[in-house]
Amino acid sequence: MNAGIRALGRIAPQLATLAAILILVAAVFPGFFDISLANGRLYGSPIDILNRGAPVALLAIGMTLVIATRGIDLSVGAVMAISGAVAASAIAQGLGLAATLALALGAGLLCGIWNGILVAVLGIQPIVATLILMVAGRGIAQLITEGAILTFSHPGLLFIGGGTIAGLPMPVFIWIITGLLVGLIVRRTALGLLIESIGVNLRASRLAGINTKILLVAVYMASGLCAAMAGVIAAADIRGADANNAGLWLELDAILAVVIGGTSLLGGRFSILASLIGAMIIQSVNTGILLSGFPPEFNLLIKATIILIILVLQSPRMVAAFRAGRRVRKTAEAKEESAFS
Amino acid sequence: MLESQPLLCARAVTKVFPGTVALDGVDFTLRAGEVHALLGENGAGKSTLIKCLSGALRRDDGDILLEGKAIDPRSTLEAQDLGIGCVYQEVNLLPNLTVAENLFLGHQPTRFGMVRTRVMNEKARACLAQYDLDIDVTRNLDSYSVAIRQVIAIARAVSLSGKVLILDEPTASLDAHEVAMLFKVVRSLRDRGLGIVFISHFLDQVFEISDSLTILRNGQLVGSERAANIDRVQLVNMMLGRELQQETRSTGRTDVRTGSPAIRFRSFGRARRVAPFDLDIREGEVIGMAGLLGSGRTETAELLFGIAPHDSGSAEDGEGRLRLDSPRAAIAHGFGFCPEDRKSDGIIGDLSVRENIILALQARLGWMRALPAREQAAMVKDFIRKLDIRTSDMEKPVGQLSGGNQQKVILARWLATNPRFLILDEPTRGIDVGAHAEIIRLIEDLCEKGMSLLVISSEFDELVTYSHRVIVVRDRRHVAELTGAEITTESMVASIAATGSQGDAA
Repeated sequence: MNAGIRALGRIAPQLATLAAILILVAAVFPGFFDISLANGRLYGSPIDILNRGAPVALLAIGMTLVIATRGIDLSVGAVMAISGAVAASAIAQGLGLAATLALALGAGLLCGIWNGILVAVLGIQPIVATLILMVAGRGIAQLITEGAILTFSHPGLLFIGGGTIAGLPMPVFIWIITGLLVGLIVRRTALGLLIESIGVNLRASRLAGINTKILLVAVYMASGLCAAMAGVIAAADIRGADANNAGLWLELDAILAVVIGGTSLLGGRFSILASLIGAMIIQSVNTGILLSGFPPEFNLLIKATIILIILVLQSPRMVAAFRAGRRVRKTAEAKEESAFS
Repeated sequence: MLESQPLLCARAVTKVFPGTVALDGVDFTLRAGEVHALLGENGAGKSTLIKCLSGALRRDDGDILLEGKAIDPRSTLEAQDLGIGCVYQEVNLLPNLTVAENLFLGHQPTRFGMVRTRVMNEKARACLAQYDLDIDVTRNLDSYSVAIRQVIAIARAVSLSGKVLILDEPTASLDAHEVAMLFKVVRSLRDRGLGIVFISHFLDQVFEISDSLTILRNGQLVGSERAANIDRVQLVNMMLGRELQQETRSTGRTDVRTGSPAIRFRSFGRARRVAPFDLDIREGEVIGMAGLLGSGRTETAELLFGIAPHDSGSAEDGEGRLRLDSPRAAIAHGFGFCPEDRKSDGIIGDLSVRENIILALQARLGWMRALPAREQAAMVKDFIRKLDIRTSDMEKPVGQLSGGNQQKVILARWLATNPRFLILDEPTRGIDVGAHAEIIRLIEDLCEKGMSLLVISSEFDELVTYSHRVIVVRDRRHVAELTGAEITTESMVASIAATGSQGDAA
């Protein structure tokens, strides 16, 4: 009960921000919340946000774990391209759906192991270590697709990007289930505690007997796996693997989602739920701008402005000022009361 | 040089930091052509004093006279221009620049605003030749050893200032051969008439090189003497401030533990850290470890716990050899370690008291087997009560607790793993008197229950109170082992002060 209230308090700012943005968009674009059912499939902007937000949401899950250990994973966009390319080329060579998915996800895990070894074993700073794969990854993806956009039309693979279950698009199920699963694993086991401990104080964690190297490799593997899932969804969505553009700049959106979710880049306490809400906030902004009918050349500026406002409101100074203001009001009220009594 | 005219003179220098008086009216006199050692334990005020002299800090009160004239350096640069140069323990040079660039950084020979590299390199070569150093000055600094870098740092400081040279623990990471080379440089500078302030924890080196000694303790001047007029025992007593009459117990515990040792270490050591030693640990035994700062106390602890794994010797218990190459391996064998530096090595500041206490146990159980919340709460509540940890809530971030309570939390973390051998490095440092007594009581309780402990402490009275045996370390070497009635503060002081040739305790 107590823990539940605390958890709700943790995500309250993110929920409030999401609500504010949705209301803002609805004010500009009435009918924003309309949802309709056609051909057994739900249509409407809220569904669209959930669906389009899938890649960033998936990336944010892995990124949250990495950032909690005081790391960062810049390679996730490139890993998306790699896993998309692997999936497309595997299915083109006539492999079955299960084998194709296993290969694509395996490629993501391999990328994660690579990053993890650079960071945990060789001790390279995470931002530099993952920058290597960020650059090289698109090259690898291009090699796999042989420079072309590899298209495919395997119905099973396409279902992952565009299929629906009970009216909801498949990607929505994928990210929500992945989020729930990872959230449960880290909180029901001791993994969350150990990850946070590493992020706060790596040396002390090692001295307390935590296997820091294995854990660090594991979080980068988780990030690689999430990126691979996002990559398959992105490829299935456009029915082809585009080594140059799949997941382009999405690593930055993922980091942003984690930051909006309130996890510090300095590591430590994290919340996967908050990061997922952060991802939805970003997608709501994207979708909102598209719907509002501004000329497209304004889109990036508007997005930047909205994110700036969110981050300023969340900045330590503003939070401290807000808390101080509340304290002053409280003491003032208390004084008035005592004066009257 | 004139004996009567001091080169650098500090009178009643006082420096106050929030909460502590770092320097309390300290006098310090440095003559030209002498090496003057500045001695004291951690927190005695050595660093603060040299920072005040070298302009890194501004004193709050008192005078500093250089060649009879009052000076008031506001920055290290200003002090440098006045003639006071400083070389710190971690050489403050730039490893990715060349030797010549390091020597002349900030005043390179230029023409039309361009650095004349060739001229600079030649001057650098000439400059280092004075120190008998013939190295390629165009190579990056990081291609040379720490000792060479020290000499380069000294050369830079001397060429910039030239009157007073302050050396802050210059020999801390040098081997014997390198120390000899450095001392040759220091002596030649002394003979050129410089005044040299030398800070070191190695007493042998202090006596080898120094002409005068000044001892500080708790920010106060204890004494200043010619090196020839003082012996080691006096010096150690002055540094530690022994007042021998005030102990409750004057010799160690006499209930000596017999029986076969539970854990045996044989020629256990690591090059450049601790010379190989033998150590037997019996069940329910408290082994004290005495020595000055930097003598190899913490190094021994880190060796035993696998933080800096041993490269010679072996460890075994009744069942066979123990692999101790990482903290994880040591914990698996039932070891625990409360580090000296709680903040960087002990607590996980942002995590709660509860999480900090269960951490080591949870790490040993593995991530799959999370301790059930109810079990955690019961265990943590139990430790909070038993160790009297003052916290409003077990979910409070441990970083918000006082030092003594943080220490207890780390102790609880290890007790939760039910270790057979617990290493405590300065368990009572920086904590208030009440908590101090409680921790000592706790150490005695634990050993009653059969746990073996190794306790490192600078508080010799404390070691006398609870130790069955005391190991004395000096210069990275285990030099003496005292048992039972032999354990007195005097015998510990004597062992620390003994010169290398005298060997065991007097």
